[in-house]
Formats: sequence, C-alpha cells, structure tokens
Amino acid sequence: MTTTTTPKRVSIAESLRGAITEEMERDPKVFCLGEDIAVPGGWGGAFTVTLGLEERFPDRMINTPIAELGFFGVGVGAALMGMRPIVDVQYGDFLFLAMDQIVNNAAKMCYMSGGQCKVPLVMRAPVGATGRGSQHAQNLERYFIGVPGLKVVAVSTAYDARGILKAAVRDDNPVLIFEHKLLYGSKGARAESGAIDASSEIPEGDYVLPLDQAAIRREGNDVTIVGWLLTAHLAQQAADRLADEGVQAEVIDARSLSPIDFATICASVEKTGRLVIVEEGPKTGGVGAEIAAGVTERLGDRARASIRRVASADIPVPFTPVLENAYVPDVPRIMAAVLDMVKG
Amino acid sequence: MTLTNPPQAKIDIDSYEAGFLLGLYERMVQIREFEEGVKFLFLEGTMPGTIHQCQGQEACAVGVCTALEPTDWITSTFRGHGHALAKGLSVDEMLFELFGAATGCAGGKGGSMHMVNMDKGMIPSIAIVAGGVPVAAGMALAFKMQQTGQVAACFFGDGAIAEGAFHEGVNMAAIWDVPVVFICENNQYGASTHVSKVMRAATIAERLSSYGIDGRRIDGNDVIAVYEAARRAVDDCRAGRGPAFLELLTYRRTGHSRRDACHYQPKPEREQWLEYDPIVRLGQALVEAGHATTEELDAVRKQILTSFDDAVERAKTQPQPTLADLTTHVLA
Repeated sequence: MTTTTTPKRVSIAESLRGAITEEMERDPKVFCLGEDIAVPGGWGGAFTVTLGLEERFPDRMINTPIAELGFFGVGVGAALMGMRPIVDVQYGDFLFLAMDQIVNNAAKMCYMSGGQCKVPLVMRAPVGATGRGSQHAQNLERYFIGVPGLKVVAVSTAYDARGILKAAVRDDNPVLIFEHKLLYGSKGARAESGAIDASSEIPEGDYVLPLDQAAIRREGNDVTIVGWLLTAHLAQQAADRLADEGVQAEVIDARSLSPIDFATICASVEKTGRLVIVEEGPKTGGVGAEIAAGVTERLGDRARASIRRVASADIPVPFTPVLENAYVPDVPRIMAAVLDMVKG
Repeated sequence: MTLTNPPQAKIDIDSYEAGFLLGLYERMVQIREFEEGVKFLFLEGTMPGTIHQCQGQEACAVGVCTALEPTDWITSTFRGHGHALAKGLSVDEMLFELFGAATGCAGGKGGSMHMVNMDKGMIPSIAIVAGGVPVAAGMALAFKMQQTGQVAACFFGDGAIAEGAFHEGVNMAAIWDVPVVFICENNQYGASTHVSKVMRAATIAERLSSYGIDGRRIDGNDVIAVYEAARRAVDDCRAGRGPAFLELLTYRRTGHSRRDACHYQPKPEREQWLEYDPIVRLGQALVEAGHATTEELDAVRKQILTSFDDAVERAKTQPQPTLADLTTHVLA
C-alpha cells in the first residue's frame, strides 16, 4: 500500500469499517460480535476492521470469549429476535468450530419453520495462505457454497466490500462474507507481507451492491478467466501480460459464490468459448468444480475448448515460503493454462 | 441421584387456588395424552417420521412455562412436544405437523423435532444436542440490548451437559448477565447412557456454579416446586439478575425414541420412578385437599382424549404440501 493523495481512496479494512459504522448508525439493531473486536488499545479484530468502533458504540461492540460455536449461536439467537448481528472469526479456519450453528441453525431455520423465521446474520471470515502454516490459511468457500439457505460472497475490492457489507446487513438471510488477508490493506502491526493493493475510490453517499452478481473486471474475446478474492487480482495481472502476447482475456470476479452468477459467466464463455477458473485451495471439491459443472450443463457444446481449473494441489497449506508459493495459484500458471488452451 | 426433598414427598399446594392447580393438572394431562396418542399413531404406522417423547417429564414443561409471560420465549430440543404444548401451541397445529400437513405449525417442513410458532414465543426446536443453549443466550442478549424485559427459557436434557455448545453458551450468558433461564431436565439418561457415566460431579447444578450461575437441583416431578423455582428464576432475570439455572430431576417413562424398550433402565429404578409420576402426585394432592374428586380428574382426562381423537381425524384429512412447496422458504 502506497500513501494515496486522495482521502477517499481506502483499503478493504477501512471500507468495511466505514460500512459497519454507517450501518450501525443507520439501524440500532446492528451490532458486532467477535473475538478481540472491542478492546480499547486492542487490534480491532485480527485485521483492524473494527478498530476504534468500541469508542463510538460502547454497547454494540460485543467482545466474546474464544468460543466460536457459542458466539455464532448467540448471533443466530439475536438475529431470530430481530437484531442484525455482524459476527466475525479471526481466521476463516475457525468456522469449522462454528459449523453446527451456521449450517444447522442459521441456514435452516427459515426452511424448517415453513418460512416463519428469518436469520439476518452477517458472518465475516478472512481466508488465504499467508505464511501461517496449515490452520490459519485455508480457503473455506468450498465448504459453504452447497449449504441451502446461506448466501456466500467474496469481496476483492474496497468498493465491493462497502456495498456488499451494507447489502448483507440489510438482507434478511444469513450472509457469509469471505475476505482475503492479503487484500485488507491492514496497517501497522497487523499489516501483511505480500499484500496486494485492493483499495478503491469510494464515492460519496450510501450504496449497496447485489449479493448475487459477478463483476466483469476486464473485457476480452479470447478466453474467460474466473477468479475471486486473491485470484481475481491474479487473473487481472495474468490478463495484462497475456495482452502483450496478443491474447485478450475477459476477467470475471465471481464475487457471489452462492448463488453463483452463471448468467454473467456463461454469457462470457459463450463469447470467448474458453473458460479458466482460478481457485486458491485444493482442486478437488472446490468452488471451481461447481462453476465448471454449472457452465457445462448450461452451455454444452457451445464452449469450444474444455474448461481448465488452475487451483492448488490437493494438500494442506504448507508453511515454508517455497512450498506455500507453489500452493497458491500464480500468474505464470494462469498464463500457461490460457496459452495452452488458446493454442491447443 | 438424590434429592433434598425426595420425589415421593407430598406436593405442597396450600398457597394456590383450585383453578390454578387444576389448570396445571389439565396441561400436564394434555401433554401425557398427546404423547400417548402420538405413540400409538406412530406404532400403528399412521404417522410418518420419528418421535422423541416426554411422558413422565410433564411437570418440567408445565411448571416452567406457567412461570413465563406469553411474550417470553423458549428454546426446545428433539424432545419438544411437551414444551410446545406448555407454551401454548395447539394440539391441531402440532398434530398436523406430525402428519406432514401443509397446515402444520411448520407447514410440514419441520416435523416432530422442529415444532415452532413465532407468534407464541417458540423458535423451531433445535434437535442438535445443546444447540439451543448459545441460541437462547443470544435471544436473551437481544432482549437485554433492546431493554424489552423479556426472558428466554432454554430447555435441554442431561445429555447436553458434555457438549461444547452448552459450556460456551452458558458462559457467555453468565459474563453478559443476560435474562435467560437454563433448564436442565435431568431424566438421568442421555439416550441409553446414564448421566453418572458422563459426569464426575454429583449434580449438574454444581457444574453451573463454576460459571457463576446459582442453581439448585429441584424435584422435577413436583409441578409446584418447578413452578416456584421457575418463577424466582424468571423474576431474577427480569430484574437484571440473570442468567438463572434449574436442574429438574425427573425420569423418562418412555423410550429415547421410537421403539426403544428402555432395557437399560433397571427395573427397580423404573418402577420406583413410575410411582413418582408427576400427574399422579398432583392428582393425589388435589383430591386430598378437596379441590377435585377422582371422578372429576378422570373426566378431565376423558375430555382431553376426546378432543385429541377429534384432532386426529382432522389431521388425517389435512392437505399435504404440493411439490411447488419443495423449494419455497429456503431464503426469507
């Protein structure tokens, strides 16, 4: 992150903080629940998103014990009673601890009550391999996209983070927002090495973004590259370099992972005839598999070449940089997949 | 399992009027006959699904729910029929649900383990053991934050006390001083496993004290004792002195589920507890106090049976959901 000249250019962490602040000011039922989110002199959560909010909202920043199953359940209960909790985990990996409350309660209450209940619960989870070994590193998206009743989104820019957070708070359903540690732009002691600039110019005023739409980041006719979170940025970098080789890639940030915006993705693939899906996380059973299957079902022979996935190996996230770098998809691998497909 | 007051002790009804007491009696009989009727329907194959029943534990549901206001809320478990009836759900809406009808309390999508009525203060029963404990803490947190004066009552069994969700939820309720009454119906068996095999402490109440929550073991088959303890707990919560805890020692007269024949319950123990039946004990007290005759109590039961039979006939002809309902209500 370089120092910016315009004060309206903000990082994802700042954008989320601003959006949470505004939603809490707009609606007294909105409150935050999580670990280390409301400690004066503390961190503002693991990645500074809630920094300082406890001074502004002393009664609505609820600091929890280290008990993810418990406080996600607390979030469900408060949401059932009409509150609009924003619950976060420090690392996405800890969502496994809260799995029962997310899958069995938050996601199912509406259906199993015949529509009587709503659970307007926002859940935030940082993901991504960042030098922390296997248990503070996974991309958890794959585990949640097949849970009916749950909306799953992934934010890769500060502009999106603001509009999607606000939309999630106002939605009557549980919404799980994935954020990437390398994209936050967290500062000070919580800064990440290897971070990518995901900051945006934020316009004046309130706005929300749809929770079910992908975003076309770059237009092109030769190949469609789909990514999200970190890989949305890597896909754009790859597309820039592919242009130097005469290949015009269309880059789609999937953004909404449940539901997947097949309309946008399929329209692009119909145009380009080729699809490369880039996913941080093991190839087997990933989100990419669902995108590939969904596109194939919808387009059949209209995709000229086979669909490729550029994903991680089927391994836990390794620690040592030389192996971790090989785990996370990178620009050369994306380019190689595209070039192989275009020339093949 | 010992009690300060042995369960065979006479129920002290002296400070209550006959109408109130007969109301308690009627609600307990309502639950008993509902469960017995449902068991028959299930075994004869009229009704789909599975069932977890609460015969023998009626005083817990009725005693607690009588201490609640209509605006208060409960969370329940897979063994939730009694709680639902005690909180005011109708026999019709519950039976229709058990028959999978579109007119059931959850439109046929919930079933036995997810009884719900959001207008009567009951969120869907949560069938994952201890799953409702943190949820109830969250409901109470909402009441506290909005200063509504409402109370959440959270029912669970002795099987729940080894779950992480139980300890996490109880702890958060304690550190935030929220208005929730935790009610452990200690029927002494988690499915087939005796509570002594899963807990070293002598009582569940003493485990709660380690979280800073006062709690006592109470005779859960004495509806008056349960009501009075629940009343104090609810009053404490409403006055900002929550959370509270009640351990209600009781016994399950029926199987854990479906066709369980309870071979793990020793015969002498089982026979002894059958003598402590909460409905029989209140009935005896009512007769001895001259509030009712045996014949009058029998008439109460017969009236309830007749209405139940009528409800069954209605349930059999209720409309089933159509396939168009399959994918509705996934999202709000």
